[in-house]
Amino acid sequence: MSKNVAIVGVGFTQPQLKTVQVSYKEMVYEAAVKAYDNAHLASHKDIDGFVGCAEDLIEGTSIFDEYTPDQLGAVQKPVHTISGDLLHGLLVATMKIKTGIMDIVVVEAHSKASNLKTYYHVTNYALDPTWNRPLNVNPYYLAGLEKNYFMHHTKTTLEQIAGVVVKNKKNALQNDLAVFPEQTTVEKVLQSKPNFTPQTEAETAKQADGAFVFVLANEETAKKLSKKPVWITGMGWASDSPTLETRNWDEALYAKTSAHMALKQAHIKNIKEIDFFEIDDRFAYKELQHLESIGLYGKGKAGQALQNGDLNKDGKTPTNVSGGMLGCGSLLEAAGAIRALEVVKQLRGEAGQRQLSKANTALALSWRGIPTTSGAVLTFSRSLS
Amino acid sequence: MHKDLRGTHLSKKAFDNNEISTTLGDPHAYYEWDTGMGIGRFLQGLKEGRIWGTHCDTCKRTVTPPRVFCELCFSKNITWRELKTTGTVNTFSLCYVNWDATLIKEPHISAVIEVDGTSPRVGFLHLLNEVDPQKVCIGMKVEAVFKDEKERMGDITDIKYWRPL
Repeated sequence: MSKNVAIVGVGFTQPQLKTVQVSYKEMVYEAAVKAYDNAHLASHKDIDGFVGCAEDLIEGTSIFDEYTPDQLGAVQKPVHTISGDLLHGLLVATMKIKTGIMDIVVVEAHSKASNLKTYYHVTNYALDPTWNRPLNVNPYYLAGLEKNYFMHHTKTTLEQIAGVVVKNKKNALQNDLAVFPEQTTVEKVLQSKPNFTPQTEAETAKQADGAFVFVLANEETAKKLSKKPVWITGMGWASDSPTLETRNWDEALYAKTSAHMALKQAHIKNIKEIDFFEIDDRFAYKELQHLESIGLYGKGKAGQALQNGDLNKDGKTPTNVSGGMLGCGSLLEAAGAIRALEVVKQLRGEAGQRQLSKANTALALSWRGIPTTSGAVLTFSRSLS
Repeated sequence: MHKDLRGTHLSKKAFDNNEISTTLGDPHAYYEWDTGMGIGRFLQGLKEGRIWGTHCDTCKRTVTPPRVFCELCFSKNITWRELKTTGTVNTFSLCYVNWDATLIKEPHISAVIEVDGTSPRVGFLHLLNEVDPQKVCIGMKVEAVFKDEKERMGDITDIKYWRPL
């Protein structure tokens, strides 16, 4: 059994609001060719298996996994698709390699959000058909419900949550991949249009298109292919009960459980040892809720940490240096790809002007979005201990 | 409802009168898929009454619908080729069942057509018409019947159907 697994190659297209010039297949092909080159693969034929991350209703094609092979060079190879975020895909690929059956596995995720004209309706289709869906209200109200409860029970303030937007959009100014960078202020965020009160438009990540491909390999292969392999040291994933009526709104239990599992596997006793964090922030309050849930801050303490500057690029616990989803965009199942990509760039020392002075270890967290209670946490390291 | 079918039948009336407990669902899922470079040019060709294919100069394989990369060798070593609007029936099926599972008398005839100029066993899924269903056979030579030019939309249905040559 292969003990260690690393990311050895990444490829991606420039995220954009619309990508009318290419089909999703052509977009993924570009990302795949770049990833295989980045991984120094001699041929796509060297790849043993493929994992796609896609949701049928979002793509508009049933059994979407059937449409994965061509653009990845995966024809007549083991391929399977998961209905989950790219971080889930990375951990699935890692498990495949750890079985010893495969040396090199590719993970793909993309967003053609611009092609889905009724995103909210498709999201509503994820609610229970008998007692939730017939209420026929835009399901993003769930963010409003959760934020309200979170604020009430943690005493987190609107100003603190607005500060997440200011920080992440500012970070995005230094990221070429970011679609929504902006120099903004807490006052402007607070004055933005309410969409699902207490949630506002400025605090809600906007969608973008893009494709991402990651190449993973076992230790022996990784060391041959890459001078800077990024090691996956811990993985965790969990789903809470789906019911809206019984869930815990102030704490993301999926994040708590996933983080516990990943940290244990990575032999990290204190989460504060980790150098930086890339966290789902599709709604601004989620960044703070997630940071508290993974145990980086106590209940109700993340907002204060933000105001102290601890989450800044030069703070004690840099969070979403990439710009997060608020700055880079919400890319459906590829949302976690922005995070994993940032981890790879930082750990390789290739993050340019936003390169952190200390970037040896990282933690990335994905949430599958409304209305789910599913998430995944991965920890990474630039070296093997 | 077809009387020959076995089992206990549920009637539309029973549903309409709420005699059966159901929840009505409408996904309201609408999409506008970007066709991209390959299929985009193909559909534009159909609007012009043409069929485009691509040739992989590495694999020496010509395919339609076209693609801008070869899924086998994974290269972009592609040349565009205009193909003939004739072909050969590769396989076919006579479809006697409607969307609602009712039976129909005159079958729809779906077929894979090897368009002339493509490599062997590269097909083009479409429909046959102007033919006695019982006389359709593998190997039958057929031609595309396009809609009138003004009616074409840049859509696969710009070809109404294929008929025997």
